[in-house]
Amino acid sequence: MTAKVGRDTSDRRAGRHMPFGFSLTARATEAGVRDLLSECRARLEAGGVPHQYLGMVELVWAEALNNVVEHAYAEMAAGPVNIEATVAHGQVLAHIRDNGLPFPGAEPPPGHLPSSDGEVESLPEGGFGWFLIRDLCERVEYRREDGGNRLTLDIRLGTQTT
Amino acid sequence: MDLQSTETNNILIITVNEARIDASAAIRFKDSMRALTDDGPPHVVLDLSKVVFIDSSGLGAIVAARKQLRAGQQLDLAGLTPDVAKVFRLTRMDAVFVIHDSPDSVSGRAAG
Repeated sequence: MTAKVGRDTSDRRAGRHMPFGFSLTARATEAGVRDLLSECRARLEAGGVPHQYLGMVELVWAEALNNVVEHAYAEMAAGPVNIEATVAHGQVLAHIRDNGLPFPGAEPPPGHLPSSDGEVESLPEGGFGWFLIRDLCERVEYRREDGGNRLTLDIRLGTQTT
Repeated sequence: MDLQSTETNNILIITVNEARIDASAAIRFKDSMRALTDDGPPHVVLDLSKVVFIDSSGLGAIVAARKQLRAGQQLDLAGLTPDVAKVFRLTRMDAVFVIHDSPDSVSGRAAG
């Protein structure tokens, strides 16, 4: 493995820091996810991910983890959710695993933006989560494996407008 | 949910004194907003200047807070921090709300 030493400041701004990774597991509850996200953000920050990208990564992971709580474990006791992340060369790659129910139709929702036209009474209160995930990720993959779910979220830093 | 409300010039300014409006806070936020706005003046401004993170549940809760107002009541937003502004922009909900730079600029406008 080679690591580039003496990175310049432009590399640092684009998030091209030393590769690093982590794997964290929590109980899939709202409180568990909040703590998990806080720990993830601390790891990303410690690893050198530039500050302006932390919110975007946390948002994508929050949407995916909240879905595990609300949907995968909806009809059973909350089980574990694991996030395994690697950060290298401006790419933040995460695998999120749970032991809950599969997505309906065995694939994640298309994530169309809910319409906000029309009257106040008809404004959407939900349905934004998968839109945000798909909008902010370069690639989303889903696999049902070993009786659980594995969602892969590939985020590229520096390709988003912040 | 820690919300602080102040009424100035017949405008109710509600400041969120928490850093996050997320899935675990959404229902409490919506309920607290209802309690504060139910008997409030027609113009309500939600000051989000202390909020650094919002997810789709939090966004939905803010939309719900607007929808649960009585007829003729209005909910504006103020003081959006960068990551919060981004969520509103991406979901195009920035076009649904009147968004002020800060709560001060709202009352200033009303006084002038």
